[in-house]
Amino acid sequence: MNSVRAFFRFLGQLEGFAIAVVLAVLYLVLIFAAPAVFTRPLIYISFLETVPPTLIAALGLTLVITAGEIDLSFPAVVSLSGFALSWGWKTFDPAYGAWIGIALALAAGALVGYINGLMVARMGVPSIMATLAANFFWYGISILLAGGLQVTLKGSEDNFVHSLFVGRVFGSVPLQAFWSLALAILLWFILNRHKFGESIMFVGDNANVARVMGVNVEATRIRLFALHGMIAAFSGIIITLDIGVFYPDQGNFLLPAMASVFVGGTSIAGGAGSIFGTFFGSYVIGSLAAGVVATTISGYWVQVVEGGVMAAVVVLNAATGKGDFASLFSRFRHWSRREEFRGRGGQGVQEFRSAGVQESRSDGVQGNRPDEL
Amino acid sequence: MPPDLVNSPEAPVERSGSPALRMVNIEKYFGLIRALTNINLEVGRNEIVGLIGDNGAGKSTIVKILTGVFPPTSGELHIAGRKVDFRRYNVQSAHAHGIETVYQDRSLGEKQVLWRNFFIGRQIVNGLGFIDVKKEKAIASEIMLKTIGFRGKGITVDSHVSELSGGERQGIAIGRAMYFEADLIILDEPTVALSLKEVAKVINFVHKIKEAGKASIYISHSIPDVYEVCDRFVVLDRGEIGASIPKRDISLRELDEFLLEFAHGRKDKERA
Repeated sequence: MNSVRAFFRFLGQLEGFAIAVVLAVLYLVLIFAAPAVFTRPLIYISFLETVPPTLIAALGLTLVITAGEIDLSFPAVVSLSGFALSWGWKTFDPAYGAWIGIALALAAGALVGYINGLMVARMGVPSIMATLAANFFWYGISILLAGGLQVTLKGSEDNFVHSLFVGRVFGSVPLQAFWSLALAILLWFILNRHKFGESIMFVGDNANVARVMGVNVEATRIRLFALHGMIAAFSGIIITLDIGVFYPDQGNFLLPAMASVFVGGTSIAGGAGSIFGTFFGSYVIGSLAAGVVATTISGYWVQVVEGGVMAAVVVLNAATGKGDFASLFSRFRHWSRREEFRGRGGQGVQEFRSAGVQESRSDGVQGNRPDEL
Repeated sequence: MPPDLVNSPEAPVERSGSPALRMVNIEKYFGLIRALTNINLEVGRNEIVGLIGDNGAGKSTIVKILTGVFPPTSGELHIAGRKVDFRRYNVQSAHAHGIETVYQDRSLGEKQVLWRNFFIGRQIVNGLGFIDVKKEKAIASEIMLKTIGFRGKGITVDSHVSELSGGERQGIAIGRAMYFEADLIILDEPTVALSLKEVAKVINFVHKIKEAGKASIYISHSIPDVYEVCDRFVVLDRGEIGASIPKRDISLRELDEFLLEFAHGRKDKERA
């Protein structure tokens, strides 16, 4: 029994393990519910193409939330950077215009993020307000610059930049899936192994402690927002290249990206973040809509199921602490002990309550159960 | 109580070269309000000084001047014989001068693992800024074992601060200060809100500061604790040093009585 518990403790310590299990169970359920679609590779290939933009933005957002802040302005950055790329593309010779566009896009993202950081760190504006305003403002700028129109990247299929970032390997696997995985690994190392990441965690945990211990809290916040601006710009570059068209509304995934972060187990309270939780969380969130449609139940159910799964997973996260399976077991023991206690003397309201406890307990025991689908 | 002790000049227990700390005629005004008057305080190289005083006596003002939060209005501060330039003295340079502070609740990141807490702000990094986790963990576990004597109890460098008791947390903070070659460790009410058992642990950690040959200023409201760990007691009263009494000259009961009389005497003076 001890070794079993040790094994579960080990699994619990693997970052993102809980949400990876949720993802596996989700695909398992979908394989039974919609075998015609989910036993063939095409749907998975399509996820590898559609999830990365959201995933990339969500990875950066994970760092921001770990620092105890929020960034609502990345949809505008995704839009603005797409415009910058398309402008570079059509203004210069496509051979190097694409690179100019990419440089402009990243610079635009960094600038927007830097200004966000200044507002938050130097002027003390709460990040939710500063970045909400920034989202409206920079989205407006993007529409203004583009004249409200979309821009086609001419000859994008033949361009080297296109095949580098969003081309296909092994026949049909989209390259952006690898780029987003590489970014996840890089950001994991930055958060968990780099000085900057440690500063992010301490600032999010308790900015006063961080300051007393010699962390430059303001600089950390400013750099973090600038970094997230660049990451959002990268997301915009991927989308624009993949579709071959810039359209102002292309960053319209604020809520799915936030859901990916929270479903992945990162707490809004700050101080700790799960990069690989966000990674798997993005695929859970990104697979639900297509999955529900594929089961041939009415498309009207999509949001109901999405909301239900999100709620179930975040409740599970809250119940298990840090997505830690060992603590799940200790909770289970705790609940069962309470059950015994009530069995002896509990009546009326207490019985009613214990029914509720029992229900959540069965949730816990079966691990993550999206079998509610 | 021999009366000459009450206003005796500073007499550190030990002297080896210049003292760890010397405050000369420090005064501090907040607007027109005088918070500190003519503070002359010396802390020897291996001396634990207890700073006693009511709320508002000026203890935290002294701590804030020493740790570089704000400068005094006038006066001099010498750390290990070197005069401090207050125009360039801040929290970081206080660390560089070997002054570390352990606060009641502002010392550790609660959601972080212990090894990160030991090295935050001065990580062991390579050229690219990546942390040498293996080395940090090894040193952290050595500090826990040797410097502060954490054994068994299931606490490792990978434990989170939130798993620790209040006394253990202060132990980590004190151990960290000692490891980083702090010459003077300021303990600002480290035992507030701790249970008796936890207070005993903190007292034990303070003894280790003494054993390690370092100096400390211990601020507390609990006279028995102060008496237990300190070599000398400095009584602060409305921004002035009211008395400086070496431990060898006074018993705990006498100190208690003295402080009571002192407080009463003050009231009598006020009435007059």
